[in-house]
Amino acid sequence: MAAGWKSESAIRRNARYSSYVEAISPKSGTLKSLLKAFAIGGLTCVISELLGDGIALAFPDLSTELVGAYTSMILVTVAVLFTGFGFYDVIARHGGAGSFLPITGFANAMSSAALEYKSEGLIFGTSVKMFNVVGPVVVNGIVWATVAGIIRYIIMLITL
Amino acid sequence: MIFPETWWGFLLSYLMAFIGGGILCAGAQLLIVKTKLTPARILVIFLIFGIFLQTVGAYEPLNNVFGAGISVPIVGFGASLAKGSISYAAEYGIPGAFAGGLIQTAFGIGAAVVASYIVTLLFNAKAK
Repeated sequence: MAAGWKSESAIRRNARYSSYVEAISPKSGTLKSLLKAFAIGGLTCVISELLGDGIALAFPDLSTELVGAYTSMILVTVAVLFTGFGFYDVIARHGGAGSFLPITGFANAMSSAALEYKSEGLIFGTSVKMFNVVGPVVVNGIVWATVAGIIRYIIMLITL
Repeated sequence: MIFPETWWGFLLSYLMAFIGGGILCAGAQLLIVKTKLTPARILVIFLIFGIFLQTVGAYEPLNNVFGAGISVPIVGFGASLAKGSISYAAEYGIPGAFAGGLIQTAFGIGAAVVASYIVTLLFNAKAK
């Protein structure tokens, strides 16, 4: 009977404890992090759009293809510089996915790994570890893009 | 761009870029918060999503609406890899499929590698 009473109180205590955990765990934190990711990711894209429009305006002879290529080169270079100066860490602390999903995050992941392993030497440190984080993206990208190219080629042959 | 000729068309294109990029990044953030997926896995998922969109021909219309909002997130990187593979395969046959993705994305990857190397020479890692 004592055991029954004890377990009942334990159940009640567990229920109280779970509701307490529920209450203090950061629900608004989730929403806030989503909004921050939205804002920082969206802002990165707006800046890229502005940059692309600016390049197209300054060099009207460039093809759309090359405007895109130059825009991504500038974005990547700026992101790498930001990483060097330590600015990107500040963006990443707030942005979450908003800072790693854009191409600037790709550049940041690459350069921060390169910088971090500088102490192990330029060959076995920097050069090896540069693809530590972005390796999966590059490898999967090449593999699945090749598959896509072959599939579309076969479809093209069939429908010809 | 949907309405390229007017000034509000320009403004709309920036709004769409903000919305497109925002939705993708908030979606990725939701995966971070609600699942145990690591950022690397999420990047690969969004990358393959972009390759898929390009393969089925859905990327171009989306890119016309959202502009940089879809081309700057990793989805656009995947789409551009697939675009290169598909177009080089159409031109050179099967071998083109292997080369096209890298050729198409070489500007960005080349810049990232060279810039990372130079920055590594110039800076030291910040103490965390």
